[in-house]
Amino acid sequence: MIAEIGHFALILALCLAVIQSFVPLIGAHKGYSSWVQVASPAALGQTLFITISFFCLTYVFLVDDFSVAYAVRQSNTELPDMYKISAVWGGHEGSLLMWVWFLAIWTAAVALFSRTMPLIVRGRVIAVMGLISIGFLLFMLLTSNPFDRIFPAALEGRSLNPLLQDIGLIIHPPMLYMGYVGFAVAFAFAIAAMIGGKLDSAWAKWSRPWTLIAWVFLTVGIALGSWWAYYELGWGGWWFWDPVENASFMPWLIGTALIHSLAATEKRGVFKAWTVLLAVFAFSLSLLGTFLVRSGVLTSVHAFANDPERGIFILIFLAIVVGGSLALYAWRAPQIRSAVKVNMLSREGGLLINNILFVTIAASILLGTLYPLAMDALGAGKISVGPPYFDALFVPLTIPVAMLLGVAALARWKQDSFARIGNKLVIPFVISIVVGTALPFTLLEEVKWGAVVASILAVWITLTSLQGIIDRVAGKQNKLQALRNTPRGFYGMTFAHMGVGVFVMGITITTLYSTEKDIRLVQGDSYDIGEYSFVLNSVATVKGPNYRATEGRFTALYQGQEISQLRSQKRLYNAGGMPMTEAGIDAGFWRDLYVSLGEELDSNGAWSVRIYHKPFIRWIWLGALIMAFGGLLAATDKRYRKTVKEARAEDAAVGVA
Amino acid sequence: MKAFKIVMILTFLVSAFSLQAKIETREFANAQMEEDYASLVLELRCLVCQNQSLSDSNAELAVDMRTKVYKMLSEGKTKAEIADFMVARYGDFVLYRPPVKSSTFLLWFGPLIFIVIAAFIVFSFIRRQSNEKPDIGEQDQKKAHSLLDDK
Amino acid sequence: MARYGLLIGFFILMGVFALVLDRMGSGEYNPRDIPTEFIGKIAPGINVPELYDPSKMVKASDMQGQVWLFNVWGTWCPECWREHKFLNELSKKGIPIVGLNWRDDASEAKKMLDRMGNPFVKIGFDPDSSVAMDWGVYGAPETFVINAEGIVVAKHAGGITPTVWLEKFAKHFQPAQSSTAINNGTL
Repeated sequence: MIAEIGHFALILALCLAVIQSFVPLIGAHKGYSSWVQVASPAALGQTLFITISFFCLTYVFLVDDFSVAYAVRQSNTELPDMYKISAVWGGHEGSLLMWVWFLAIWTAAVALFSRTMPLIVRGRVIAVMGLISIGFLLFMLLTSNPFDRIFPAALEGRSLNPLLQDIGLIIHPPMLYMGYVGFAVAFAFAIAAMIGGKLDSAWAKWSRPWTLIAWVFLTVGIALGSWWAYYELGWGGWWFWDPVENASFMPWLIGTALIHSLAATEKRGVFKAWTVLLAVFAFSLSLLGTFLVRSGVLTSVHAFANDPERGIFILIFLAIVVGGSLALYAWRAPQIRSAVKVNMLSREGGLLINNILFVTIAASILLGTLYPLAMDALGAGKISVGPPYFDALFVPLTIPVAMLLGVAALARWKQDSFARIGNKLVIPFVISIVVGTALPFTLLEEVKWGAVVASILAVWITLTSLQGIIDRVAGKQNKLQALRNTPRGFYGMTFAHMGVGVFVMGITITTLYSTEKDIRLVQGDSYDIGEYSFVLNSVATVKGPNYRATEGRFTALYQGQEISQLRSQKRLYNAGGMPMTEAGIDAGFWRDLYVSLGEELDSNGAWSVRIYHKPFIRWIWLGALIMAFGGLLAATDKRYRKTVKEARAEDAAVGVA
Repeated sequence: MKAFKIVMILTFLVSAFSLQAKIETREFANAQMEEDYASLVLELRCLVCQNQSLSDSNAELAVDMRTKVYKMLSEGKTKAEIADFMVARYGDFVLYRPPVKSSTFLLWFGPLIFIVIAAFIVFSFIRRQSNEKPDIGEQDQKKAHSLLDDK
Repeated sequence: MARYGLLIGFFILMGVFALVLDRMGSGEYNPRDIPTEFIGKIAPGINVPELYDPSKMVKASDMQGQVWLFNVWGTWCPECWREHKFLNELSKKGIPIVGLNWRDDASEAKKMLDRMGNPFVKIGFDPDSSVAMDWGVYGAPETFVINAEGIVVAKHAGGITPTVWLEKFAKHFQPAQSSTAINNGTL
């Protein structure tokens, strides 16, 4: 019964989505404001019904209703409740429901928090989001209904993969989806502006906070996925350039370009065409990711096993949405072109190059991801494109980004001069080279040039970011007051940029200096990596709530002093399946120590053990978190939280309708 | 065809389940050989997995292939020879570093082409601007500046 | 001009995807399939002990002058059990089949052949994939067709069914071949 209610709620949501899209769009075109006003309530209603539907599906899982086919595929009576809930979005149908639910939530948020926007704009934005909802709801109802029943009902669910019973894997998809779906807001803003034929600074200002928040979610989602893979999968890796990983990284890159381009559009009215296209592409890449993961064209551990028939539906949807947007752009391009000139020697110039670099990186990743598919389908041969290719292109392209970061953030808007910028950057430049080169030589035993480059870049980024803050208090009497007057967005930018520096350091050092050894240890034996020693104390059998395990107990020492006790378990779950290894990790700011128990090699108590020393690895996710924090600061800047009265007064002064 | 798909999926699921890496203790004659082994098993692809390198896979064929790589290195073969050995049997698919041949020119030079196109766009953008009429929105821009925060 | 370029480029991309999906739907293209490198090339060697008589070596050169099948199987492979009946039929018709028992337990393998019949002329025992790798095998069952000159002419990944036989393999076997095999006394 509950499943039927859930199913019916989806149908109702679809009806409301249709109303939500067509009525306001027609109303905006014809000038019927009462029709446009339908948008918000329709959106809220749609959100209500999809929420009901989602809760119904969750209920189905929690009560082990195995008459529902999807629950049989994804769940099991032995799963703890927490993981039954996360199993709801573990498969194709349920994750689609989550997608559509998040889309409705974002739409509702736009409906509730955009009172400062003119009705016609708000109506169009909500309507466009409604069109996307229609597409996904239709897709679900026609091809991927999570509420389909099977008869006879199964006695037990089929899925009990211990790999999926993990907290990291619970939060990772929702965060990612909030990001993917969040870019639909920026997309809808772009479409609404193109439909209306007008794109101005006000539009950019409205669009920015939504885009920033979506970007923050995506950043966190990607970082979580990377971190989870590292501690759970046991190969010490944290990024594989897997097609599905790339499908999340490309929207992130375009999204980053977008938030920078929006800044220029808002501040100077430039790059309107760029910004619109970036908004369209960010969301298009989200949709493309959906297509790649669910159509079966790509081989990936992340891919849902699916029929090409479903792929055709998504492809048609993609063609309509993206094709329609690009056609709209082609039609409206003259109207939205910026009338303002851009001086290359200015912050805008820097941001233009920034846009180009990020788009180039994203395009290259897209090329590498799709090339094997195209070659194979066209009969030109079967190749694999993996980390060697992507690493080779990513590193050279990221270096100019890091270099430019400092320059552009300090450049003046509209017009700057070589002399002024040069003056500002000379000291940071010199210090970066000196300190950046000195650091690896003092801290590392073996200096690799990659470490020197990363170090210089990280110091450069840090110094130029801090220089921005210094500039704001320079020459001011009351420095504290100056700091307080600095907009939150400025601090956001500073943090986010420094996060990039941390990230770059982390990736470089861990890639160049990690040590991984598979060795044979007998009880009491020890193994040295640099100044660290690892001793295997004992191996014993332990019992867990739903597994039995062999546990290896290790001591890690640094320069002979004990620093931690590590335990690694090889678990055999009661429900069966292959043994799963839980690694023992001593996580640290400067390095991770990692031990993983292998197999008993002989009856004399010799075991195979994997030991890692991974310096700076936490900096990777720390950098991402700092970036996300910066984005959050920027998104919650006071400017975006003005009251309706304040906003109206401001709009009147500038002459924006 | 469908049955084959199902069976292959089932067979692969068993190996995909074993996403966790396998620990093999090997004795290497020298540090160079150990490095070569580590980089080879990262660049070779596991053929029965859903996109994993030979290094990360627990699948039985992957285990055998790793052993083969180790044996060949111990016999003194070079990385290139071992890669060629695998490619002769499994095709270019087995390498994660795509070969540079006529069919992959676009792949390897694509990013460079993108940069060239991008540079071209910037230059034509700058040139186009100097031919356009002057800024007419100056007044509005000034007003907006004074109202918006300085960023 | 650029604005239309994006639109055109996008639809080209969609066209490629549509082509891919269409070929996947019709079964022509399977992303998981790895094509073989050996069509038109001389068959790789086998050179492993025979399952039933480890003192004898199984060699591909033994089959020179005949058209024969090379079948990779294991007791752990369900699709192999399913094709086994058809392999028995083929061998009764006089088609020579050399088996490769891949990564298997020798006694289990013999038990399975006792139970389900033995269609093989001889069986190589390959516990460490050395022969499998030499033939570019990545799953079981896989079957190759080798002609009288020792060149690989066809390969199928997956179980041999009557349809697969008729469409891919039968054309390489002339009726004269099988009677030659019987006359040669190799069966």
